[in-house]
Amino acid sequence: MNDLSRRRFLKISGTAVGVAAAATPLARTARTLAGEPAPVSGIQKIPTFCDICFWKCGAIAYVKDGKLWKVEGNPLDPLSRGRLCPRGTGGVGAHTDPDRLRAPLMRKNKRGEEVWTQVTWDEALGFIAEKMQKIKAAYGPEAVALFSHGLGGNFLKHTLKAYGSPNIAAPSYAQCRGPRDAGFRLTFGEDVSSPERTDIRNAQCLVLIGSHLGENMHNTQVQEFAEAVENHASIIVVDPRFSIAAGKAKYYLPIKPGTDLALILAWMNVLVREGLYDKEYVAAHGFGFEQFAATITPYTPEWAYPETGIDPGTIRVTAREMGRYRPSTLVHPGRHVTWYGDDTQRSRAIALLNALLGSWGRKGGFYAPVTMDVPGYPYPPYPTPAKPKVDNPDHRYPFAHETITTGIREATTTGKPYPVKGWLVYATNLLHALPNEAETIKAIQNLDLLVVVDVIPSEIAGWADVVLPESVYLERHDDLNVEWFREPFVALRQPVVESPHDQKPNWWIARKLAEHLGLGQFYPWNTIEDYLQHRLNAAGLSYEELKKAGIIRGTPQPIYFDEGVPATFSTPSGKIEFYSLQLHKAGFDPVPKYRRPEAGPSGYLRLLYGRAPVHSFSRTHSNRILSDMMPENEVWLNPIIAGKFDVRNGAYVRLKNQDGVVSNRVRVLVTERIRPDCVYMVHGFGHTSRGLRHAFGKGASDAQLITRYATDPLMGGTAMNVNFVTIETQGA
Amino acid sequence: MARYGMVIDTAKCVGCMDCVVACKTENEIPEGYTRDWITYHSGGSFPDLHMEIRSERCNHCDNPPCVYCCPCGASHIHERGAVVLVHHHKCSGCKACIAACPYDARFIHPEGYADKCTFCIHRVEKGLDPACVAVCPTHCMHFGDLQDLNSNVARLLNSRRNHALLTEAGTQPCIFYLV
Amino acid sequence: MEEIVSTRHNPMIDPSLHIWGWEIPVYLFLGGLVAGMMIISGYFLFRGRHKEMDCSCLRLPFAAIFLLSAGMLALFVDLEHRWSFWRMYTTFQIASPMSWGSWILLLVYPALVANMLVRMPSWLLKVAPRLKNLSDRLYVQPGAVRFIGIANITLGVMLGVYTGILLSAFGARPLWNSTILGLLFLLSGLSTAAALVHMVSKNSEESALLARADNGFLTGELFLIVLFLIGLLSSTEAHIRSAGLLLNGPYAPVFWVFVIGTGILVPLFVQSLAVTHRIKHTPVAPILVIAGGLVLRFVIVGAGQTSHWTR
Repeated sequence: MNDLSRRRFLKISGTAVGVAAAATPLARTARTLAGEPAPVSGIQKIPTFCDICFWKCGAIAYVKDGKLWKVEGNPLDPLSRGRLCPRGTGGVGAHTDPDRLRAPLMRKNKRGEEVWTQVTWDEALGFIAEKMQKIKAAYGPEAVALFSHGLGGNFLKHTLKAYGSPNIAAPSYAQCRGPRDAGFRLTFGEDVSSPERTDIRNAQCLVLIGSHLGENMHNTQVQEFAEAVENHASIIVVDPRFSIAAGKAKYYLPIKPGTDLALILAWMNVLVREGLYDKEYVAAHGFGFEQFAATITPYTPEWAYPETGIDPGTIRVTAREMGRYRPSTLVHPGRHVTWYGDDTQRSRAIALLNALLGSWGRKGGFYAPVTMDVPGYPYPPYPTPAKPKVDNPDHRYPFAHETITTGIREATTTGKPYPVKGWLVYATNLLHALPNEAETIKAIQNLDLLVVVDVIPSEIAGWADVVLPESVYLERHDDLNVEWFREPFVALRQPVVESPHDQKPNWWIARKLAEHLGLGQFYPWNTIEDYLQHRLNAAGLSYEELKKAGIIRGTPQPIYFDEGVPATFSTPSGKIEFYSLQLHKAGFDPVPKYRRPEAGPSGYLRLLYGRAPVHSFSRTHSNRILSDMMPENEVWLNPIIAGKFDVRNGAYVRLKNQDGVVSNRVRVLVTERIRPDCVYMVHGFGHTSRGLRHAFGKGASDAQLITRYATDPLMGGTAMNVNFVTIETQGA
Repeated sequence: MARYGMVIDTAKCVGCMDCVVACKTENEIPEGYTRDWITYHSGGSFPDLHMEIRSERCNHCDNPPCVYCCPCGASHIHERGAVVLVHHHKCSGCKACIAACPYDARFIHPEGYADKCTFCIHRVEKGLDPACVAVCPTHCMHFGDLQDLNSNVARLLNSRRNHALLTEAGTQPCIFYLV
Repeated sequence: MEEIVSTRHNPMIDPSLHIWGWEIPVYLFLGGLVAGMMIISGYFLFRGRHKEMDCSCLRLPFAAIFLLSAGMLALFVDLEHRWSFWRMYTTFQIASPMSWGSWILLLVYPALVANMLVRMPSWLLKVAPRLKNLSDRLYVQPGAVRFIGIANITLGVMLGVYTGILLSAFGARPLWNSTILGLLFLLSGLSTAAALVHMVSKNSEESALLARADNGFLTGELFLIVLFLIGLLSSTEAHIRSAGLLLNGPYAPVFWVFVIGTGILVPLFVQSLAVTHRIKHTPVAPILVIAGGLVLRFVIVGAGQTSHWTR
């Protein structure tokens, strides 16, 4: 293999750098809400909102004798309702993480070799600005792209737009929820939103397809899931793995991976044929129902059985169960749905199934989210980019409504439709997020500038030219969280303790970069608190009140059609599109059609991955509290497979994928809880960045094994459940 | 006389380990040690499987062998709520109590004394729930006076099928799992 | 298939209990040996035969003090919070065999010192000549000597039995959960002490007598082991499983070969031949007995920590 695939060990740590770190490792004195140094003794409670994942639960941080003690939920917060998930509860570990990035670093030698010089912020930002100006002069500002995840990217997005680039992307689109939102837009004219607009707690029948709530720890959803369980909701789980949710299901369907669309079509077939769908709702709001019904006529349970492995009796029983509880039957659209390449159409099928059940806009189904009216800051207008976005030339993915990260990557490698020469990366570990690491590394070689802003020395940071250390959420202000949710509210993030070293908040970094770029006029406010105060005042809200409470809630609004929400759909027909003319015109199936997934090589097992409730992406593994909960991941093997490969529970093996990539050693969990044709691992382990001293080499990386992906033809999403592995016992 | 205990609804518990993390931060438990833990107990043959998830800790038994065997008088029954506690300064680290516990709920703290769940007595005495109970996002954990018939815990035990752990070991545990 | 996965990984507890390493088996062995020495020595004192039993009554008491102290040092080293050890002596916890043991150990010392005073070794007399007076007076007082003998026997029995009860009171470890362990450790202690005397005594009558006594103790030990196993095998599932650890599980090879085989059966056979004058007395047998006693403690302490109620 060539240079790019050789593992380069990355050692970003304070000790690898020539200059000694000046600051003490622990937090200095906390500040009171008024900004003065706090008294050293006693307990202070400071509200903020969490950043370990993107849910942004309202939290209250406790500082005891000047030291960060614990974090609890903010009872005022509608998202967490006073209780944080395990990651939020372990948030203290993000602040005290000894492996955190400490100061700005600039690479000395070749990319990825990870030999750094510690520099000042001025030096780092000056270098970045100079490079960006050079790129602008030679290629245009569109040649710099920003990959960003989370609310903390807002100010960097602002700076980049001021600079003149339209190329801003989040991996959460093409690598995660994108197909789902595209499928729902094609059907209902709106996406599922984040947090998902799922009325789980009122659902009388809840269908989870691959969604593993309870292991997937979206706080509000798990809380509502528990409520649904308590209310004896009928739970149907479809998953190749017997997840925690499956353990609470009335019906568990152990589906063959890749065949979910066949099952959904068969369900719809039963509902239509047996008249169990919401006829009034469909008549009132549906478009193209007759053609749709005609198209799905062949998709009987008997047809679906050999594809899915689910017997026809079960398909009928579960369809009837769904029909029985309509419209309070929620077929959950999932979140990370980039699975097999048919993901938009499969998500559209889920949308259609919900439409048949009449759950969209109804209690127990999908509510219409509302938000607080908090105006944005009145900035000067952004320059209009001369070129269109680079990610989707000629709209080859016609239904992509957000920027495709992997499209930017491709343009960076090929130089078409135009060159991309600079990447700014904020809070996303692209090497674990994007499929096929080799392609990412290849693209990076074409860059004139790679800047990574992160809190820990992630793998992507190891390849950067400049690494900028951000303060963790407990140490900084951030943009306001004005959520779209069941009820309107606004939340404040404010510092609880000081950053231990030379880390800076994202708004400071973005602003300083703008100043270095000569774009200071785009930051007319003086301090971040001025910015926050301005926006809140414009909304008629008190910053002082928000500082004390952390959350200000608005008046509850109607969220269901029954409560007065207008039943309008932003589709071409203005109705729920059971038959999509626009899909038809674009050359796609107007009603989803099933295609059998490609099998893997003989003797190989499909690689499936998922979430653990104590970890978030690949970013929590050096958090000492959370890594103590789960220090490494395991590969789940069915006992038949374990027998075939002669491995015992607890043994270490390596996984080799269809392209010969071999993983780090990983512990085996022999369990009945998974089909014999696939294996399962929790995502985010197997770190190779040496700066992550604690996380290094623990478990195996699914991302490393995901060398193949299937691109969704409608919106460019990258399906990743299309890799197959075999078990290697030697050398493990 | 109050008799504190817990009732945990395994139907709602998702085994997310929030209780474990909350205990860790509340009580400043050192890295590598834990006072509570999750047990995933599944059975059957794919796909006909069943599962019970339990958040476990010291059961603050009514017949606590760990108290009887302590030669130093460190392990004792607290006057309030019959909670089983350890006077750290009196403990010699002989580990008899660790051998005595059929649940393996105790451990030796890096500072040398025997340690375990305390039902967050420091919080209970202020009218708060133990940290694990207070944090649980599924609200599956309940703490209270088992002898108060009006308490949440007593009412749940009377109205739902439940079991405790290793009752055959004769310890009379005070943590009950609703099924 | 039943699967139980726990997130707990506490040091010394998981994946299975390993709180006691070599310190406790060594202490239990030395405690048992000393108990045996006290009983043998005390018996001869009681029977007024302390004059001729040079090993039992002249050398043993001092050796016992030394060995017991070594055992207590092992105990001290085992403590995790050891500088609080004195707390054991601020209270008496009647339900705690360890509490009993700490006080018994305290009483054992004066009993052994008194025993040593009856016939003091010459080198000790050189070091502490003032004690010669007391020793001489005791030596000729049959009543006092008998009393010291009874005290040594009593405390020896208590010491020997307590080392077993200590473990058997832990109901949480099914393997240990048999009161026969108390008698078994006592008998094992007697056997190792008798073997030691038989091996090192220069008095042929004493040596032969103790060899015959040892055979009796070994037979008794074997019998108690059988009863111990029967008790486990006819009890609950957890107990049956724990017996399996010794009979056909991970501890079986060591148990059968070094505890039963070379620890009891082989020396019993050899010593039986020797006391009936078919072969000459050999030190091999008592060495095997003593080693067997040590291995017995290691096996019981080790396997016991592996045995548990939870699956």
